Amino acid sequence: MHTRRGGALPPFTVPNILDVADLSVAFADASVLSHLSFSVRTGASVVVIGPNGAGKTVLFRALVGAIPFTGEVRWAEGTRIGYVPQKLDIERDVPITGRDFLKARTVIGRGPASDISGALDVVGLSDAASRRPIGALSGGQFQRLLIAFALLGHPTVLLLDEPTAGVDGPGEERLNEMLHRVQRERGLTMMTISHELTIVHAYASDVLCLGSGEAHFGPPTMLTPDLLRDVYGAPIALHDHGR
Amino acid sequence: MGAEAMLVATGAAAAAGLIGCFAVMRRMVLAGDALSHVALPGMGIALALHIHPLFGALAMLFFGALLVWTLEDRTRVATETVVGVVFSAALALGSMLASGENLLEALLGRPGALSGAEAIFGVVATAAVVAFVLLRRHHLVVALVSRDIARTAGINVRLLDFLYLEAFALTVALGLRYLGVLLMGSLIIIPAATAKRLSSNLTTMLVAACGLAAGATGLGMVLSEWMRREPGPIIVVISAVVFVATTLRRPA
Repeated sequence: MHTRRGGALPPFTVPNILDVADLSVAFADASVLSHLSFSVRTGASVVVIGPNGAGKTVLFRALVGAIPFTGEVRWAEGTRIGYVPQKLDIERDVPITGRDFLKARTVIGRGPASDISGALDVVGLSDAASRRPIGALSGGQFQRLLIAFALLGHPTVLLLDEPTAGVDGPGEERLNEMLHRVQRERGLTMMTISHELTIVHAYASDVLCLGSGEAHFGPPTMLTPDLLRDVYGAPIALHDHGR
Repeated sequence: MGAEAMLVATGAAAAAGLIGCFAVMRRMVLAGDALSHVALPGMGIALALHIHPLFGALAMLFFGALLVWTLEDRTRVATETVVGVVFSAALALGSMLASGENLLEALLGRPGALSGAEAIFGVVATAAVVAFVLLRRHHLVVALVSRDIARTAGINVRLLDFLYLEAFALTVALGLRYLGVLLMGSLIIIPAATAKRLSSNLTTMLVAACGLAAGATGLGMVLSEWMRREPGPIIVVISAVVFVATTLRRPA
């Protein structure tokens, strides 16, 4: 796994689920991502870090084809993306229950409605909670609902944009554990945007570090204090809470 | 008033309730209401050319929906500004094109028996709108929660937007005869807004909006005959009274 800058992609190699080459995104002449290149192995757990405004969410939105970009984004054939965005378009007071939302996914994917209880079990959301309007769910319950929705599409890769934002400390740990259990059990590739540098050492096989300067992609060991200071523009301590 | 006219009107109202649910949840209440005004110049032009005003209204509504669809891709503030300007201008232009009795009917609707063409249009368009909402409600729900999630679930979000807006425009056309250009938007929005307050899941909301819109229309038409007034304003006043009553019953 290595970063590449510019140039054409080499012939497609099987172990990569994602190849990104020379990806650039600009909004109204302001460049957000510039000539980004990296590859993700199938089954990898990539954590995307970087300061606010570094383009982490923009990268995910480009990867799912929601915004225009230049360069190349190539997913392996047969890839199914489960996306958990950070920001939703819906107001919290609508009478749509978690179950309405999940049922919509099974109908669209022509899957059986019985998949719903399975997905709820996996993410640890109770049947009662799933029958409440989505605006009545807590931050953690809501994230679990979005993850259950993503799982109902039988994804091969999960893109998670700050999945633990708005979740308290212990809840955050449980959510991270659940996600990585699901990843192990289903052999998923996972890309997670996080502000918690601690999860990098706990869960990441690779890190993509976006900042004002050059992007960095590599194993977690690449994150030296010098590199973090370079990326965040200020000294950042990276605590190793994990293995 | 014939049973046929009553049936067609309540059917159209049920379609308005259904399409309105997603308008209320999509936060396009103002754009939707303004969109209905665009029918007026179409009716004025049709009257001047001696063709059925319904065809003029349909053509203008189609392009109005297309305009909203094109603008929706840009920022929301710009959309609201442009929609406000264009559709208010449409109301002014339409008022210049139509006049007297015709203008009043176009603005507020009129009672009476339906022509054969009107009845057939009413039935076909109602069926189309109801079928669209019921068959595509799951897609609409996902796109409502998150357009990006909808895309990764394989939904063509832009196509869905287009179909929704055209179904909305068709619903406006359905109600022009009874409610007129000024008030049809209200029949789409008010029962759905009431249903939203009363419901805790999607099915309840769709059923409630349908029932409230059809009920207000049925009752309004009976009262309009009795009071010898246009049905449109009565229908909208009934809907609004029910909405206000629900706000008193349950604090927001």
